[in-house]
Amino acid sequence: MDTLNILIMGFMSIVIVNNLVFTKFLGICPYLGVSGRIDMAFGMGMAVTFVVTLSGTLTWMIDHWILMRLGLEVTRYVCFILVIAGAVQLVEMYLRKFFPVLYESFGIFLPLITTNCAILGLCLFINLWGINNLLEAVVLSFGAGIGFTMAICIMAGIRENLNLADVPQCLKGAPITLITAGILALAFMGFAGMIR
Amino acid sequence: MPNNSEANAGFYKDTLLAGLWRENPVFRLLLGMCPTLAVTAAVKPALTMGLCVIFVLLCSNLIVSLMRNLLKPHLRILMFTLTISTFVTIADLFLKAFVPRMSETLGPYVPLIIVNCIIICRAEACASKNPLIVSIIDALGMGAGFTLTLCVLAGVRELLSTGKIFEAQVMPDWFVPWAAMSMPVGAFITLGLLLGLVNATTGKKA
Repeated sequence: MDTLNILIMGFMSIVIVNNLVFTKFLGICPYLGVSGRIDMAFGMGMAVTFVVTLSGTLTWMIDHWILMRLGLEVTRYVCFILVIAGAVQLVEMYLRKFFPVLYESFGIFLPLITTNCAILGLCLFINLWGINNLLEAVVLSFGAGIGFTMAICIMAGIRENLNLADVPQCLKGAPITLITAGILALAFMGFAGMIR
Repeated sequence: MPNNSEANAGFYKDTLLAGLWRENPVFRLLLGMCPTLAVTAAVKPALTMGLCVIFVLLCSNLIVSLMRNLLKPHLRILMFTLTISTFVTIADLFLKAFVPRMSETLGPYVPLIIVNCIIICRAEACASKNPLIVSIIDALGMGAGFTLTLCVLAGVRELLSTGKIFEAQVMPDWFVPWAAMSMPVGAFITLGLLLGLVNATTGKKA
């Protein structure tokens, strides 16, 4: 019961309170790039969720079972980025085989998940927070992906309506998206202190 | 050949200046947004971050440029990330050893330089196609442009959130600090407005 409680709390906190996009500024590049349409944003979110769950789990295992035992913590970053690149390659092959339409619409953004800071960032945060339980690491990684999906979908919904608004010429595109993200971050600050 | 060397010098200068303003990585190319937003609550961490990025960019451009003829097309991104992550590890260990407090403030954003798009972008767009000198100059220009942008953003935020710059009081006594500027909100909105300002002054169509 206690474990379950910790897991649920951890999940909620990473989705809402410590949302990677709004409080840690991770994954801003795809956030600005793919949030134009809601269906693409959702697809991107799902791809990121999958990769982040996979790589978060794998990096935790490698970190705790191999690197820490052998005292090879120095090579941590190199190992992490290799795992992530491998996971992205896997997702890319899977999508190309089974969902070619979605694959086409992602274009360049799919390989760019490798350099999505949200993924490496989460692996590093799991390490930094000293999570020493495999199950907790899995739940946190999955929650981070869900949090990212939620953030990017909210943004896509707002941007679809923003197209109809009369935005000053110089603020069109990225600037207004950033300002909107700022206001969203303000809204999400309301959740701070809710958990832990 | 005096003419040729003059043309060369002009080209080098042009490359250097491109990174500073015309192709400024943050304002113009919208690359490397994460550290830009995350470490700019004050000028000091922003400057440290900028110096780290210059170091990594310089070293990785150097190595990539040296091995550009050996690269296989499908493996090049992997080689780039491996090179970059090696140098980031060096930078991270250096910070931990010599400025541990700064290293703590920056936290995971130092290792996150690995996935900073600027560095991969420069490796791909410049270093893997150009000889050594051009790559080094390009790295210096881009790195300096990035650092400058970071410092401008951090300056605005630190000034408004604490009334100080470099921990020295600048604003008069009656100034009420805007606490929100040091929070994520401030980062997003300041960067958005700065981008708008840059677009407005240069008349760029979005």
